[in-house]
Amino acid sequence: MPKNLKLHYDISGEDYTRAGEASAQLKQVLRQLGLSSSIIRRVSIAMYEGEINMVIHANGGTIDVEIDSACVSLILKDTGPGISEIDLAMKEGYSTASESVRSMGFGAGMGLPNMRKHSDYMKIDSTPGVGTTVYMKIALGEE
Amino acid sequence: MSKNLHSVTLDSEKCKGCINCIKRCPTQAIRVRNGKASIIDERCIDCGECIRVCRNHAKLPIYDPLSTLDKYKYKVALPAPALYGQFNYLDNIDIVLNALLSFGFDDVFEVAKAAEIVSDRTRTIMEEDKALPHPLISSACPAVVRLIRVRFPELLSHLLPLNAPIELAARMALARVQAARPDLSREEIGIIFISPCAAKVTATRNPLSTERSEVDAVFAIKDIYPHLLSFMKTIALTGDEDIPEVQGAGRMGISWCGSGGESTALLSENYLAADGIENVIKVLEDLEDERLLELDFIELNACVAGCVGGILTVENPYVANTRIKKLRRFMPISLNHFTEAERGKIGWETPVRFDPVLKLSSDYSEALEKMQRLKEILDGLPGLDCGSCGAPTCATLAEDVVRGGAKESDCIFKLRDYVRGLVSDMNRLEGFIPPPFRAPDEPEPGQC
Repeated sequence: MPKNLKLHYDISGEDYTRAGEASAQLKQVLRQLGLSSSIIRRVSIAMYEGEINMVIHANGGTIDVEIDSACVSLILKDTGPGISEIDLAMKEGYSTASESVRSMGFGAGMGLPNMRKHSDYMKIDSTPGVGTTVYMKIALGEE
Repeated sequence: MSKNLHSVTLDSEKCKGCINCIKRCPTQAIRVRNGKASIIDERCIDCGECIRVCRNHAKLPIYDPLSTLDKYKYKVALPAPALYGQFNYLDNIDIVLNALLSFGFDDVFEVAKAAEIVSDRTRTIMEEDKALPHPLISSACPAVVRLIRVRFPELLSHLLPLNAPIELAARMALARVQAARPDLSREEIGIIFISPCAAKVTATRNPLSTERSEVDAVFAIKDIYPHLLSFMKTIALTGDEDIPEVQGAGRMGISWCGSGGESTALLSENYLAADGIENVIKVLEDLEDERLLELDFIELNACVAGCVGGILTVENPYVANTRIKKLRRFMPISLNHFTEAERGKIGWETPVRFDPVLKLSSDYSEALEKMQRLKEILDGLPGLDCGSCGAPTCATLAEDVVRGGAKESDCIFKLRDYVRGLVSDMNRLEGFIPPPFRAPDEPEPGQC
């Protein structure tokens, strides 16, 4: 059995122009692994949404990716303000983004719903004032 | 025909083995080996960036010499609309078209005419075929189609499944000749494209969406340009009313030569037109991540400013676009529409299939293992992307190592570390005294 592939990304906050860099880099890795395009798309959308959230709400954070023979696991960790009402945040269209963020095309309230839609497993640990950790898994199917 | 035929060749005498082309290639398809640039065929998408950036003019586009004309008994010119933007003070396209006839062609069929038919058909498809993926991506630029084929498999289904205007023009021109001159055999007829770019050469010699192209030869606009100039002077002197009318396309067809031209012809505002290969890649990345789904149509041109920016043109592409704008001012909107006669000529015959050239291995666990190694190797490389190893970036060198095409010590910084190690070994060896001559209290020499 090959070792699991572990990748680490540091996400810098407050720089919207760089948001999405890490998910683009991961996409390149997944392409080299020869994963099917639908898996690649799901992983990169799920990660992209998380990455954007970190940049907008949490002043950045870290993303750890682990890839094995069965799935791609993502752990997105930040020390931001936390999510006080997770159920509300999971609703499509719910947004707390400021006008300046919305004017850049972010903050449509689809981030978390999209992450849930594109992952097979998702868990959010969040404590207001301490930070948020999002766990996601995307199964590789019959790869 | 070879699967990986391309329209770029190398003049080994002129190639100095510099790193300009390897750095510019959007698919990392070039390495410097034995002091010369060498192309990895299956990765090349024919965008022509390496030709554009080579200061030594060692990278050359492949196309046919003008003397090819003599091979055929009946010759038809298929001028790309970009040709019209090359000439200063031109106010009548018929002057260019008649100059082509003076040059030696027997007939002229404007690619712009076929472009109007493709536009007409696209409008109908977009309105009627709700099953097609949204948004549609233009399939007119062959470099873009090849890029999607190697890098964006998920988007293949978004490609407009219609032949590019050049292929439709070739088929229509051929049908016209064969109807008028049934005495001619296919071999006696030469359908010759006057092209702004080299990617279209590959598209005709090694087509992806059809078994065989009806284009027999491709001339470069820059080759035929000086010849046309002299004929055009004579024709212009005869006065407008005496110039035979050949032109048969309107604003829509002619505007295809610039970025946004194909989109405008769709009569919808909800499109995006990007030009320049790096911008094209950004748009495709966004579309792949479902960020552009609200659009109806995406037009992508590998060359900056569109086909007028092709490497076989003469004029600055922005100047050419301005001239086209002036030329089309008083022209009718469109003169050609799709009819049943084109049904058999316009659609793709074979689907364009994914070519997974980026895959590290066809076996997933092996690919995972190689990726792991690639990451370890990359962590040990300096990250300067200096190109001295012959690969464009440190990441590409790491990839080449796991694929078996390079060694870690190809990195000059790795080599320096190795030499440093050797030097310290040498220093230790230099102090070595064999046992017969060694004093009893002398320390043991270090391990070498």
